[in-house]
Amino acid sequence: MPQVFIPSLMRKLTNNQEMVEVDGSTLREVINNMETQFPGFKARVLYEDTRLAPGLAAAIDGVVTEEGLRTQVSPNCEIHFVTQIAGG
Amino acid sequence: MATQTEDYLGITDYKVVGTRPIRHDGVDKVTGRAIYGTDLNLPDMLFAKVLRSPHAHARILSIDTSKAEALPGVKGVVTSADLVQSAEDEMADLGEEIVRIKDMCAAVLAHEKVLFQGYPVAAVAASNIHIAEEALDLIDVVYEVLPHVLDVREAMKDGAPLVHEDQKTKSLGEQTDKISNISSHFRTELGDVKQGFEEADFIVEREFNTEMVHQGYIEPQNATVHWNADGVITVWCSNQGAFGVRDQVSKILAVPVSKIKVVPLEIGGGFGGKIKAYLEPIAAVLSKKTGHPVKMIMTRTEVLQATGPTSGSWIRVKMGATKDGKLVAAECELVYESGAFAGSPVGAGARNMLVPYNIANAVVDGYDVTVNKPSTSAYRAPGTTNAVFAAEVVVDELAELLGLDPIEFRLMNSAKEGTRRADGPLNKRIGHVECLEAVRDSEHYKSKLEGKHVGRGVASGFWGNGGGVSSASASVNADGTINLVEGSADIGGTRTSVAMQMAEVLGIPVEDIRPQVGDTDSVGYTGVTGGSRTTFATGWAAYKCAQDIKEQMSARASIMWEISEDDVEFDQAVFRSKSDPSKSITFKEMAGKLDSTGGPVMGRATVKPSGAGGAFAIVLVDVDVDPETGKVDILRASIFQDVGTAIYPPYVEGQMQGGVAQGIGWALNEEYVYDEKGVLRNSSLLDYRMPTCLDLPMIETHMIEVPNPGHPYGVRGVGEVPICPPPAAVANAIYRAVGVRINDLPMSPGRVLKSMWAKNGKNGSA
Repeated sequence: MPQVFIPSLMRKLTNNQEMVEVDGSTLREVINNMETQFPGFKARVLYEDTRLAPGLAAAIDGVVTEEGLRTQVSPNCEIHFVTQIAGG
Repeated sequence: MATQTEDYLGITDYKVVGTRPIRHDGVDKVTGRAIYGTDLNLPDMLFAKVLRSPHAHARILSIDTSKAEALPGVKGVVTSADLVQSAEDEMADLGEEIVRIKDMCAAVLAHEKVLFQGYPVAAVAASNIHIAEEALDLIDVVYEVLPHVLDVREAMKDGAPLVHEDQKTKSLGEQTDKISNISSHFRTELGDVKQGFEEADFIVEREFNTEMVHQGYIEPQNATVHWNADGVITVWCSNQGAFGVRDQVSKILAVPVSKIKVVPLEIGGGFGGKIKAYLEPIAAVLSKKTGHPVKMIMTRTEVLQATGPTSGSWIRVKMGATKDGKLVAAECELVYESGAFAGSPVGAGARNMLVPYNIANAVVDGYDVTVNKPSTSAYRAPGTTNAVFAAEVVVDELAELLGLDPIEFRLMNSAKEGTRRADGPLNKRIGHVECLEAVRDSEHYKSKLEGKHVGRGVASGFWGNGGGVSSASASVNADGTINLVEGSADIGGTRTSVAMQMAEVLGIPVEDIRPQVGDTDSVGYTGVTGGSRTTFATGWAAYKCAQDIKEQMSARASIMWEISEDDVEFDQAVFRSKSDPSKSITFKEMAGKLDSTGGPVMGRATVKPSGAGGAFAIVLVDVDVDPETGKVDILRASIFQDVGTAIYPPYVEGQMQGGVAQGIGWALNEEYVYDEKGVLRNSSLLDYRMPTCLDLPMIETHMIEVPNPGHPYGVRGVGEVPICPPPAAVANAIYRAVGVRINDLPMSPGRVLKSMWAKNGKNGSA
């Protein structure tokens, strides 16, 4: 199952678990399943249920995805929620 | 050479990539024929100027424009009342970011308050610039002056003057109820930091201050806008992204994007500071009001006072290492000023500052803080130079404590492919070790430095680079040449680096491709030229566009030869029949057959690639410090950078040199100086001291090509990372020259002298 690494300021939602394994073949499915297990998670990472929240990005196996919630995720991937970076 | 991946092709015998052709825009640039914003003149054009706030923080009680409107030659005056006022929390999705429309509008022309000195309040269009300037003096604004706050740590305190009375702190998406100048707080955490420091034999903890600095592009912001009677708005401007300007104008003026055409003109530098639309919406409403095209050009003072410099900051870094030289823990706190509105680049600084190293235990806290200064914008590797300065000075101190060579210490702890970064993700293929080894083995590093007050310093830096949306389209001409239209404003010479990737696919000389930057009606959506993304993403669009052309022309060859498309192959600019070797035709010849095989061929592509590989740079500088004045001279500077595949090496080298030059300016001289009233005291380039060629040696470049596995040709962004290491490298060099550690930027003569006096006394010698 994909491994979701929990940002430290959100760990009270996951009973201080730093990493959670959760099913899903897309980023959207993973987040929905996280919400089922840890209510409130979705509201922290999504904007109007349609895209990642402003200022937030998701890195799948070390690569920040440009495909948003429809990003395909592999069964053993790592998912990190990181601050979004804008370049100059 | 990296191995082939899903995206990276692993090509080793490039024909075009890596060569040094004459740049497509070279002749126009050197002969002065290139068209910049100030060159543009339209019939019946008016000229406009902006009235700006003299106060750092004030409430606007009233604005009376009647006298200005009565002045002969004045054609129109606008205030925020002429802009569409949006609902309180209505957000706009601009594709690359989501912004509060109210803030966007309020930043264009003050609505209720002015938030920094230089804040735009009203604007006048007149038949000439002098009348417009005269009319500004006739606008009567009544202010209620409010307490202001300039210092980022003062702004965080309870009871500090509030820049926004309704701003509540967000903590990683969680809205708190606390009204504060702290707009957001985040934290990244890896491992067990407490345990890590318990394992450490040596710990260094330092605090750093950096000042607000400006990008210093040569060409000031400018815009000419015509709001036609049919409702179509045409904008000619100098900006890093025509589509971004279109989006901003659309949201601010509530006009559909289909009715706005943005024509990008040549751009005289941007470095991140030309992404926001400052003048375009104002010129548009003035044009609508007067029925004339309206032209606006900022003065240098306006540029410094009221565009988007980058954040000053306070940073605390604590790092620990074992006695055998292993970094085991890092604890960092970053407090960045965002200026008048939320949105500093503190997140980037936090994510990037520790990437060069393999540290198992790290925590980084970041705070975004509003103050009464200009709203910050991106500036080349936004937020990262500040953070790298702090981290690399501490790393240098640790190396010294351990008695290790600074390069060896970095090599012992260097991040590699598979190393977990402090912000969580695992590194892909990266080139930090290769860069360090290149420094260690370089003639510069091995050379002897002679003199009494000379020193050598080194620092590493990382920037993550960006992907984003890019588009390209191209027409094949009957003579085999190609007109390529792409959407990226050409700042660093990207027309050529993009065209070279198309030429490589088609096996034709890059001189046979004429690349042009299209307006928003002529090419698909393309994000800003920023984030070191253009040669990566727009180059990829050109690569895919060329593939499209190749496939279409293969099909035409199959029609001509009356064989199946599967029977046609393409190699080295020649189409061949696989089954009949006698059938072959060059790309050029095939281009002449298009009319008889179905008509013209146009290629097109849009991309939004992930996989932008991060880049490292290491800067090595030799300095000579004058103990009488504190002036620091740069004797020699070299940069060693992981550039991926260098598509067009001269531009890569130019970016490396430019970044180091800016970084040295940041290190030694540049800073915004405000007085106690919040007025900027050095709003000219005489007083805001940027380095000139007389201040710098020829910067030696060493390109280390470690291909990015996330791009067909292995491209990494190269434009931003070179600015990151210089301040720390200079600080470390000054220490070795005169024995003082300076943790505040800029390390101006006065600051260096005071540091030396503090160590040695006024009569002491270093």
